[in-house]
Amino acid sequence: MKPGEVGIIAGFTDEHLSVKLMEMGCLPGSAVIFNFKAPFGDPICISVSGYELSLRLEEANTISILN
Amino acid sequence: MADIRRQKIALVGNPNSGKSSLFNYLTGLNQKVGNFPGVTVDKRSGSSTFLDGSSFELIDLPGIYSIYPRSLDERIVSEILLDHKSPTCPDKIVVIADATNLKRNLLLLTQIIDIGLPTILALNMMDLVAKAGISYDLISLSKKLGIPVVPINARRGVGLDELKKVIHQASSKPSQVIFKIWDEAGDAVKELRQQLNVDNDYEAYQFLEQPQTLKFLTQGEQNEVNSVRTRHKFFPGKFQGAEAIQRYSFIQDLLNEVTLKPANLTWKKNSANLDHVLTHKVWGYLIFFVILFLVFQSIFAWAKLPMDFIDGMFADLSGYLQKKLPEGPLSNLLTEGIIPGIGGIMIFIPQIAILFAFISILEETGYMARVVFLMDKIMRKFGLNGKSVVPLMSGVACAIPAIMATRTIDNWKERTITIMVTPLMSCSARLPVFAILIALIVPDQKAFGFFNLQGLALMGLYLLGFVAALGSAWIMNQIIKIKERSYLIMEMPTYRWPKWSNVGLTILEKTKAFVFEAGKIILAISIILWVLAAYGPGNEMAQARNTILAQSKGLQLSDQQIENKIASYKLEHSYAGIIGKGIEPVIKPIGYDWKIGIALITSFAAREVFVGTMATIYSIGKVDESAVEGQATIKNRLKEEMNPETGGPRFTPAVGFSLLVFYTFAMQCMSTIAVVYRETKGWKWPAIQFVYMTGLAYLSAFIVFNLLS
Repeated sequence: MKPGEVGIIAGFTDEHLSVKLMEMGCLPGSAVIFNFKAPFGDPICISVSGYELSLRLEEANTISILN
Repeated sequence: MADIRRQKIALVGNPNSGKSSLFNYLTGLNQKVGNFPGVTVDKRSGSSTFLDGSSFELIDLPGIYSIYPRSLDERIVSEILLDHKSPTCPDKIVVIADATNLKRNLLLLTQIIDIGLPTILALNMMDLVAKAGISYDLISLSKKLGIPVVPINARRGVGLDELKKVIHQASSKPSQVIFKIWDEAGDAVKELRQQLNVDNDYEAYQFLEQPQTLKFLTQGEQNEVNSVRTRHKFFPGKFQGAEAIQRYSFIQDLLNEVTLKPANLTWKKNSANLDHVLTHKVWGYLIFFVILFLVFQSIFAWAKLPMDFIDGMFADLSGYLQKKLPEGPLSNLLTEGIIPGIGGIMIFIPQIAILFAFISILEETGYMARVVFLMDKIMRKFGLNGKSVVPLMSGVACAIPAIMATRTIDNWKERTITIMVTPLMSCSARLPVFAILIALIVPDQKAFGFFNLQGLALMGLYLLGFVAALGSAWIMNQIIKIKERSYLIMEMPTYRWPKWSNVGLTILEKTKAFVFEAGKIILAISIILWVLAAYGPGNEMAQARNTILAQSKGLQLSDQQIENKIASYKLEHSYAGIIGKGIEPVIKPIGYDWKIGIALITSFAAREVFVGTMATIYSIGKVDESAVEGQATIKNRLKEEMNPETGGPRFTPAVGFSLLVFYTFAMQCMSTIAVVYRETKGWKWPAIQFVYMTGLAYLSAFIVFNLLS
């Protein structure tokens, strides 16, 4: 995904992180907006469940996006 | 009057939900900071009164997103809320939720409801809800959740009377259970409930999920939980993801029904625009460093006036009492030990207040999260967490709260490294040492027209500490090989104006902690030191006058010079002088004499004691007319001190910078060692920390002294 794009969460590739991500509102089926990146490209800021969340690229990469 | 037990109300909520604002509004100045039993997380509690005048106790629990703790800090919440048999168990729980972000905030609420204690939902930020164009059917929300719901604005105090009324009246447990325990787990839960006599299903379920977190379970109960777990093949974490999905599906259905009008998405535009600038690759860092620079300049410049005032006031008081009181050991104790000691504590209040004002504003506005966002990539390289920036920055004020703040870092390795390097950040206890030495050896002039040279030197020392902290972190990251995953996953709160009363209360809390906790150590050491310096073994102290008089015969010395000689002779033969002389061979290579040696030893307790020791030693070392009558400030005394070997001033730039570097790196703080011991649960880390910091300090001071002299 690129900044500005919108996607739908399909699932997770990391079971351990998925619990935390889901608790934070990243649920399968919900829409996520890629807002912007930090100056060095990592971490990134997304909008999900109506608020802004920042996470590292490696964490964001465990979220599969439905195209 | 009948003794009615005060109601105990726990305040629970997500971080950034306005929990502190609500707590501060309800309790005002009636709050105190204590400890939760067994852990070091600060327990903020306070008292407030219901509308009928009866009082209740409010406990502020750490902000959490879920009942499953992600860090040590969060464990205490599950422990308190799940231990229903304990006297510390709250009677009622108030969950505060950010109403502009209800979906995520309600996850915690649904977990709290299932715990089965009377629960009240306080919907905060109703002003922003209006601004965002959101509209909820609160009556329906309350009915569907089965608990009272009160709309509030904690920043302005709107709706709090209604909230108090509802808290007072609420007595019934939530009327429904939201999370239906799975069939697969049902038997295990049922069995455990019977065995341990647990109040409800979800509580028992939590025992099964996280027994190692819940320290209140006895060994027998732990064993019971483990055997039930084995029998039913229940392993922790098995259902957590599914639980979150089930809860969110309930929440989504609920919100679909009670949301009359959704948010119009444009209300966060200002915040988003700000982020474009504040997290920009050039402007973002530039603004961050400008803010840091502003903080340091203002500590040095703004604090000067009140500090000079306090300094002068205590010197005057000491001088006045010396004249008024009859001579004797008790008067001496008061005027030479106690009053200068208290003055030495009070003088730091302006700097601490200014620093915590800044830190508190950065946190209140939501900028601190952006600092983490900007710094994470860089910090990670050093084995630190983006969150390490907060402890490191707080370390600029004091390493003790900073090290306690590392609890928010979930990853053990990143947390340990942050703890290890945080004391290298220049804390406020070093400030007085720095301030006096800089004032002594750096001229009070301006460079390029407006930069104060002394301010630049101070900033240089802060940077030195920061660089050393990062360097040590990098090395430790290479050495400590433990594979634990680190993650960030952090909310970026919407920007907002700071609430000034919150800032004020933070300043008050930190200042109080310093004065009463660090202060009593400082005062005690000042007095012990004064005793050490005023008394000595054997007859030499008593014979001082005769010895000097005999030595000075025919030397044509003035009375004043003789008095000085006697005083310095006394000091040399006091207990303190003996200890200081003992370590002189070790510290001579870095440019120090035995007087500095005494200060080094006493300031193991706390760095700022260096200043108090210097004041005590030199005020005794030169009892002259001006010290009694005039403004006897420490700085002027140090300036007058001569080096008997060279005949020049004792505090040359080489000695001054050697001391500055030594104090930048050395672990001269007993309280830090104690806090690290508590946080790492053993002597291993504090011992390593003490050795590496002192080694680094000695080596650097040696290099600096030899380069400059």
